[in-house]
Amino acid sequence: MDAGTRKRRMWAYGLVGFFLLISTSTYAYNEYYIYLSVYLWFGFIYGMCLQYGRFCFSSAFRDLFAVGVPRMVVGVMVATVLFALVSAFVTATGLSTFHAAPTSPHAFIAGLIFGIGMVFAGGCASGSLYKAGEGNGVSVIVILSISVTQALFADVAGWTNKLVPASWHESAVSKGLAPTINAGDGWVDQYLAGYVWDQPVLTYASMMGMSDHSVQGAFLGNVLVGVVIPAALLLVVVYIIWSRKSFMRKLTKTKSTTNWRDDLAGYWAMISASRRTAIAGLILGVFCGLQMLVTQGLRVKFGVQNAGTLLERMGFDFGLSVNGTVFDPGYWYVTTQEAQWVGWVFNKLGAENMDNIYFGFVNGIPNPAINPADWMSLALIGGAAVMALLNNEFKFKKPTWELATWAMIGGALMGIGSRLGLGCNVGAFFVRVSQGDVSGWIFGGGMIVGAYIGVKFFNWWTERRMAKEFAGVEI
Amino acid sequence: MKFEKVSDGRFRLDVKGYVCPHPQIYTKKALSKIESGDHLEVVFDNPSSGESIATMCDNSGDEIVARTEDAGHFVWDIEKT
Repeated sequence: MDAGTRKRRMWAYGLVGFFLLISTSTYAYNEYYIYLSVYLWFGFIYGMCLQYGRFCFSSAFRDLFAVGVPRMVVGVMVATVLFALVSAFVTATGLSTFHAAPTSPHAFIAGLIFGIGMVFAGGCASGSLYKAGEGNGVSVIVILSISVTQALFADVAGWTNKLVPASWHESAVSKGLAPTINAGDGWVDQYLAGYVWDQPVLTYASMMGMSDHSVQGAFLGNVLVGVVIPAALLLVVVYIIWSRKSFMRKLTKTKSTTNWRDDLAGYWAMISASRRTAIAGLILGVFCGLQMLVTQGLRVKFGVQNAGTLLERMGFDFGLSVNGTVFDPGYWYVTTQEAQWVGWVFNKLGAENMDNIYFGFVNGIPNPAINPADWMSLALIGGAAVMALLNNEFKFKKPTWELATWAMIGGALMGIGSRLGLGCNVGAFFVRVSQGDVSGWIFGGGMIVGAYIGVKFFNWWTERRMAKEFAGVEI
Repeated sequence: MKFEKVSDGRFRLDVKGYVCPHPQIYTKKALSKIESGDHLEVVFDNPSSGESIATMCDNSGDEIVARTEDAGHFVWDIEKT
């Protein structure tokens, strides 16, 4: 083992030791910290999986359109189906922490904006976290851009109130929220309380007349109809358009004729082509479901519904929402905790941002040092760093001005898309699709169209750059 | 990004510092410009681009004849079919 490898391994073990120290020392101080440590270690596992499988939702559709590579679509679908199966079991046992989101065209528009942004940024919300763990400076800028844009967008008022339809304003004000929350002021507040909250909440099970919490509803409605069949059909389309031709070309070198069995073999070959991605998808899917189970178990143990109660019991009452809650999904999520830490910073700098619905009524802005979801994101970066260090793939990369610009633009679009869609590629797509929430596929549809638009733009952009380079080279 | 001719039938594409999707898009475009049998040496430092470039070559039939990797720095030699 050379000196460089030894040094990288020492850093990896040091990071693991650091997280172990946080978990054990905080638990020794107060047993409630175990709740935060659960977020931490699931985040750490997600980071390791994402880095190992180069698992980026952005590349799922972007690489398909840009270079005809289907490996990540396969990985995402494998993870989604596995997550759906594990969480159906969790749901049927009554321990799910998931709440479905309202369904309407807003999810498509949000996905579209997010999809363009993730192509510009070079990675989705979760992909940027794991790439930051590889030492990628561009991804750090993307994370900052997503975080700041969300915190600003959630609190924007003034002239944007003129863009709000009167019906949204009336509906928002009529909700009669707490006196400290000004639901009639601010674009996002009126969008949420005046439009989104009025939309129907739909799951495939409920549309089929079944309860989400029944075995039949969870497995037949939400998993089979809501996830397995659409995912299998999506992969059939991907196989026919992007994978079949190359598989058959290789096959016809040894066979004169082909039949439907060969297509089945080709379909399976596409699914199993990238071992790393498939393994990452499998582990992610299983652990995403397990996180729900463990978190809900701890809620039952401590007799709480939300981490805000635990923080209050530990003496932290700053930054709780008017309902005494903080953002505590109980499953993998990325963007809200990014908005929260910037919201907390803005608040400390004097901003009045606890009178809006996003921070003041729903999620709060707790100190990032004790925010459960922030523990998950930081540990995700740490887990990715450990995996990259162990695999000799860690490298500090300074962003160029060109990539920094794309990162800021893409991050801002992802930030806006996340707030409009009430989540990112993880919260609004991966998690919702896995739980049979109809709005998940709608957000995903928008994301696919957005990725297509982003790729078309980048094709034009790179063609210009390449034309200049080729001009001086004799082929 | 830098594209240059190293010798007859050998070209180098340097996309160090670039993140997805730039390395894979530039590689695809560079491969489309060179002749069958030519070699393209791709230099990159974005690990996830490697997965995409490998699958892209597998689909197109282009062969990755050599790969070196050191501390997040990758150099792949691709022969165009």
